[in-house]
Amino acid sequence: MKALSIKGLRKVYKGGFEALKGIDLDVEEGDFFALLGPNGAGKSTTIGIVSSLVNKTAGSVTVFDYDLDKQLVELKKQIGLVPQEFNFNQFETVTQIVVNQAGYYGVPRKLAHERAEKYLKQLGLWDKRNERARSLSGGMKRRLMIARALLHEPRLLILDEPTAGVDIELRRSMWDYLEKINKQGITIILTTHYLEEAESLCRKIAIIDSGEIIENTSMKRLLATLNMETFVMDLAPDQAKPELTGMVSRQVDDHTLEVDVEKSAGLNKVFEQLNEQNVKVLSMRNKANRLEELFVGLVEKGRQVKEHKHG
Amino acid sequence: MASGYNVTALKTIWIKECTRFLRIWVQTLVPPAITMTLYFVIFGSIVGERIGDMAGFSYMEFIVPGLIMMSVITNSYSNVASSFFGAKFQSNIEEMLVAPVSTATIIAGYVGGGLARSLLVAIIVTLVSFAFVENVQIHHAGILVLSVVLTSTLFSLGGLLNAVFAKTFDDISIVPTFVLTPLTYLGGVFFSVSMLGEAWQWVAKMNPILYMVNAFRYGFLGYSDVNMAVALTVIIGFNIALFAVVYSLLERGVGIRT
Repeated sequence: MKALSIKGLRKVYKGGFEALKGIDLDVEEGDFFALLGPNGAGKSTTIGIVSSLVNKTAGSVTVFDYDLDKQLVELKKQIGLVPQEFNFNQFETVTQIVVNQAGYYGVPRKLAHERAEKYLKQLGLWDKRNERARSLSGGMKRRLMIARALLHEPRLLILDEPTAGVDIELRRSMWDYLEKINKQGITIILTTHYLEEAESLCRKIAIIDSGEIIENTSMKRLLATLNMETFVMDLAPDQAKPELTGMVSRQVDDHTLEVDVEKSAGLNKVFEQLNEQNVKVLSMRNKANRLEELFVGLVEKGRQVKEHKHG
Repeated sequence: MASGYNVTALKTIWIKECTRFLRIWVQTLVPPAITMTLYFVIFGSIVGERIGDMAGFSYMEFIVPGLIMMSVITNSYSNVASSFFGAKFQSNIEEMLVAPVSTATIIAGYVGGGLARSLLVAIIVTLVSFAFVENVQIHHAGILVLSVVLTSTLFSLGGLLNAVFAKTFDDISIVPTFVLTPLTYLGGVFFSVSMLGEAWQWVAKMNPILYMVNAFRYGFLGYSDVNMAVALTVIIGFNIALFAVVYSLLERGVGIRT
């Protein structure tokens, strides 16, 4: 079953700006799906329409087969939304915020309090349950929004930049939590600027730019299209700078060398040349920018195609 | 018929609204008590003694219902206007918009909050009036309750309408300052319209607040400048019209959805 199905979705804002130009997008039940795109690409508009915060201009949206136009109540019950901006009442306590949200979904107050305890404990906020939201740290506020979105136990969780401004340790723990609930059956769609986040968490990916989907595939397939990889080598100190021929390399500093290697070529040639020059390599790692390279490449390619068409 | 989840949602909004105005009671419940005490002292005791009777009642007896109604009007209006606009301003209105809460439930929840605050204020002001009026009589409890509930509902809806269009906090103070206060002062709180010339009486009767103040005064004293059936019809008519306008705006997402 499709958790989300979007067909020909268009949004033209007052003033004529066309934020979405008829996009199609499918997310299967159980997916961990990344929606990437530069600022202003249409990610938040898409999420806004699906969660009925933004009125669409044209097209159709279904969530678990519930139609946005005809079965809005049922559709809304399926979705939990974690927006980009903090949008809770800063003067309410943590418990009030999550219990009230459950109430809007028709969860009786007693059950809402039980679930509040469960999710606030899972997200490490139980000790803060009586604190006003404004006194929480940025990371706690992000987790509060996740707890709030889960209290009515939705089947689809949509997170718009969930780890923006969150430190690395907390970000990792949020990733673990999201992976855990995804394994329990919740379909997750997230937008993020941290491409590493999308690469490590998501199995499917769509890239949106200027209101159009320019790529929609599995993460594996997308990464497989990358034919160049960059390796970072830590060199032993006090030795001559290596000169590599037939490939692109950069000496970042006295003991760090970056080499771009075609996937089909392999690493043997690199090490042959380094051995010939008596360069000792202490360690090596893959530069974690694979998705970033692809992302930039795809967005640029899409823009060039458009310019060509219009030119 | 409201479905189960909407009943729970309605309770949730109402509890949230009551919690809000009770949390800031110094700003919501104390000022009307102080303001009305000043009105009672200045207009009732000091000035009122020189004015003498009004429509067969002491001036203090005459103005008490009007002053209670004045607090009901301002408190129901400002409660809903500030709370709903605050929810828009902080974006927490989105908590309701993403949930399956019907438009009617949202309206009922906010109006319920406005009603709760204004009725609590009405009770406080009535208790304060006991210090100034010896015998507070109730002529018709049914009309008394009906007129105060309908008036509070009407101005709660008015506050909601204001908040829907408001873009800044200044926008929610313009209507109370330039419309509500003048209409309330000219709505027969401090005088009987029978004191006016015929032409001015006609003008005064164009003011809907006149009907609310008089219906409420009738409930207390059994005296009104206007026919009770007309008064209640006007109040109910305005309620229906304003509900229809607010419902239509929210349903279309005006001021809350892009």
